[in-house]
Amino acid sequence: MSDKKLAIIATKGTLDWAYPPFILASTAAALGYEVEIFFTFYGLKLLEKKLNVQVTSVGNPGMPMPMPMPVLLQALPGMQGMMTAMMKAKMKKKGVASLEELRSLCVEAEVKMIACQMTVDLFDMDSSNFIDGVELGGAATLFEFAGEADVSLFI
Amino acid sequence: MADFDQELDASGLNCPLPILRAKKTLAGMESQQVLHIIATDPGAIKDFEAFAKQTGNELLDSKEEGGKFFFMIKKS
Repeated sequence: MSDKKLAIIATKGTLDWAYPPFILASTAAALGYEVEIFFTFYGLKLLEKKLNVQVTSVGNPGMPMPMPMPVLLQALPGMQGMMTAMMKAKMKKKGVASLEELRSLCVEAEVKMIACQMTVDLFDMDSSNFIDGVELGGAATLFEFAGEADVSLFI
Repeated sequence: MADFDQELDASGLNCPLPILRAKKTLAGMESQQVLHIIATDPGAIKDFEAFAKQTGNELLDSKEEGGKFFFMIKKS
């Protein structure tokens, strides 16, 4: 097996952006990589036991829409929940893994997950809400691993 | 003609699930045993080549038939 290392910094907390870190981490682990993900800012949401992430088209003109819709309409209450439900349904139909499944595959493959202590404090988050095995650490903790990594990604 | 030891049907699953399921199945197999994989994700062709190259498991066969993809992987 390879002894390569992958370091990922996960900074986003939306449904769409939650995918890249977990897809890449689980795949790299399957290829024999040792993987560490450093979760900071909104990425911390991806560590909560009960995953509650949403997707929005507001501020994202690149998102494919089933029908053209003015931005002000997209911002109406309830739209975000609707878009999230639609995206999840589409993913299921296309055989895309759920985030929960990908994350548990990462846990199973011993992907190391670090929560950024500073942003946990900043957002008054309770780290007991995180899944088991998450460690708290800072930038220096990240570099201890990333400094030796073959691939480092900021997502 | 069972020229394989185990079979994995990854039909309907999208990237990276076929690879992850294959990895998991291989983990429970003996060295030199052969895994037959069925997939419908067109990305699986290149992905299984890459998987084999990086993990040292040998890709014995890769073919397409009627919109499905079939792979034979020998565990290293």
